[in-house]
Amino acid sequence: MSDIIFKLTGGVHPPQNKHQSIQRPIAQADVPAQLVIPMSQHIGPPSTPIVTVGQRVLKGQCIATAESFEGAFVHASTSGKVLAIEERPHNHASGMPALSIVIESDGNDEWQRMPAMENWPQCDRQTLLQRIHEAGVIGMGGAGFPAASKLATDKPIHTLVMNGAECEPYITSDQMLMTERAEELILSCELMMHVLGASKTLFGIEDNKPEAIEAIKAAHAKRGNDKIHIVVIPTVYPSGGSKQLIQILTGNEVPSSGHSSDLGIIMQNVATAVAAYRAIVFGEPSISRITTLTGEALAAPQNIEALVGTPLSALLEQAGWQQNLADRIIIGGPMMGYTVTDTQLPVTKTTNCILVPTRAELPPPPPAQACIRCGLCAEACPASLLPQQLYWFSRAGEHDKLESHNLFDCIECGACSYSCPSNIPLVQYYRASKAEIRQARRDAKQAEQSKRRFEARQARLQRLEEEKTAQRAARAEAAKKRLEEANTSASVVDPIQAAIERAAAKRTSAAAPATEAVDMIAKLEKRLTAAKIKLASAESAGSDKLVPLQEAVDKLTQQLAEAQQQAGDKP
Amino acid sequence: MIEAIVAQPLLAALFALVGLSLIFGAVLGFASERFKTEGDPIADQICDLLPQTQCGQCGYPGCRPYAEAIAGGERINRCPPGGESTIQALANLLDVEPLPLDEEVGEEKPKSVAVIREAECIGCTKCIQACPVDAILGAAKQMHTVIESECTGCDLCVEPCPVDCIDMVEIPVTLKTWHWQNPTKTADIIATDGGQR
Repeated sequence: MSDIIFKLTGGVHPPQNKHQSIQRPIAQADVPAQLVIPMSQHIGPPSTPIVTVGQRVLKGQCIATAESFEGAFVHASTSGKVLAIEERPHNHASGMPALSIVIESDGNDEWQRMPAMENWPQCDRQTLLQRIHEAGVIGMGGAGFPAASKLATDKPIHTLVMNGAECEPYITSDQMLMTERAEELILSCELMMHVLGASKTLFGIEDNKPEAIEAIKAAHAKRGNDKIHIVVIPTVYPSGGSKQLIQILTGNEVPSSGHSSDLGIIMQNVATAVAAYRAIVFGEPSISRITTLTGEALAAPQNIEALVGTPLSALLEQAGWQQNLADRIIIGGPMMGYTVTDTQLPVTKTTNCILVPTRAELPPPPPAQACIRCGLCAEACPASLLPQQLYWFSRAGEHDKLESHNLFDCIECGACSYSCPSNIPLVQYYRASKAEIRQARRDAKQAEQSKRRFEARQARLQRLEEEKTAQRAARAEAAKKRLEEANTSASVVDPIQAAIERAAAKRTSAAAPATEAVDMIAKLEKRLTAAKIKLASAESAGSDKLVPLQEAVDKLTQQLAEAQQQAGDKP
Repeated sequence: MIEAIVAQPLLAALFALVGLSLIFGAVLGFASERFKTEGDPIADQICDLLPQTQCGQCGYPGCRPYAEAIAGGERINRCPPGGESTIQALANLLDVEPLPLDEEVGEEKPKSVAVIREAECIGCTKCIQACPVDAILGAAKQMHTVIESECTGCDLCVEPCPVDCIDMVEIPVTLKTWHWQNPTKTADIIATDGGQR
């Protein structure tokens, strides 16, 4: 058994304050009348609701899906009716609303489980990953990274690290889970190893949790799996950070901007592992979590297993909330938590602690003073950064220098702010600067895209203009050429001249029939006159040719009439 | 050879210098042709810092022309969409004093996108022609719409619209885009101020 542990760089020792909330066993929260289940409890794209308003849902029924492992499925925490699908205040540091499904509980708490997979050691990796995904299991240590996405790494993994450090003061939800559900936890280690194909588990627990260590060791001895190593580590904040716990347990540092999987290590929080285990073995999706309720403003600090979507106020009431004493409500611990004001906010899969301190217990931070360059922050930094330098660069907005001083390796643990004798809220500067740099990167990308589109448009307009000019030039050229040809060679008829001639000819030919008719009439009249003279002379002479002459005169008269009629028709 | 130099030192020196200058002249001339820089590298660098909204508020027809103007000596404080941060970046690049934004050209506004009230659009295509980044889709007598992801929020389409159906809508902060802000700056205090607290 390799119980060798390595030293964490930096770290601080804030007062633990864990004993208050471990005096009572884990309690079950009552099913509230109404649950608000947000669609963005995890890191990644929000889930898509698949239920309709008014629909009856059962406890554990899927109510929202995700397309890929990047997202997370969401399930109804109890049976009831969908009241609304709308934006509701979300339990998030921003205090911004998020799309949520509101369920009115019918009080029956009627289950609809997924088929249990008790034969999981025979199941293949993909089936198990799919189940973990469909059960909506996300990192319950606080970050909310979808578990299936983390477990689906394609890098070879040799070691599973179970994170039972729970280094943040006040929080005891993992501690109580390890104490009360140790056997399930050891089995979930085996399951995780099976999914990952890992050959060993390093189970890290801080030495300030003797009951949990005892329970886990007992369960481990009972199970007798020598691939699992229970490693007790010294209490130091932030030993529970992913990179920090790996450093303590293996002595290896996760490379900057790399992942633990680069070292062949995957880390799971104990609560996440149990949620995945229950999803597979009992077919129960992730619909509840153990939340620590603590702080001096609570009469009965304890851990409560609450359904996702339960309003904070319901849990606070259960833990003996003394509103007159309470100064503020902190979600998470005193180091990394955020303050909320609305007590109707829902418990999410990542709400590991609701801390309600009195003013004397956690006074508001005193005003920041000037940095005296004492260097305590640099000693405290678990990521071996230079917080002081980062502070100056952050204040001056020097993004390049912040990046070259590895700002993005900062895990935002707050050890620097805690150690600062001038009370400078250092970590707030880093959080803001990180966001600013990310924003600047996005803006730069957008600007690059706009530039390309602008240039493409300019090029297109120019091309069209050029094409137009070219066409115009070509036409002018052609006209000039024709003119030249007409001038140089006489044989070639000028089209204009030809057209004029054709028109003239046409006019002439149109006039012709009329002239012909007139000529014809004149000729006929002439012949008729001649014939009449001949007839008159024949009559006076008493000739015998009188009858044929008379016939000829009649015929000519008729022909003349016809010709005149024709000429009249055709003017 | 030696004798000739000794006999005519002045001429020899003259020949040597003229010869050297010819050789170096030829080398430099060749190098300037061979390693010629395409375009204007300073203007390129300046252009990369500008926000590329192509809005023309600076008085130039696009970011590139303004970048070229800055390279030619124009003031760096004429870009309202870029605002303070762009002026600061330009000042750093060009090693000049940052100036406050020229109020004559406009003021720094939160980032917004154009949205066409589609029911009112008459399909005149005027906004399409005005858009510098081809972010408006439509055809004559057909409804137009803005491709939101490509819109730079430059305002140029608002003016030509004959029925005023284009709104500039500020991009709202969502759960995805929200981020932590810097701590509010308080008056600098020193340790001995503690007594009065």
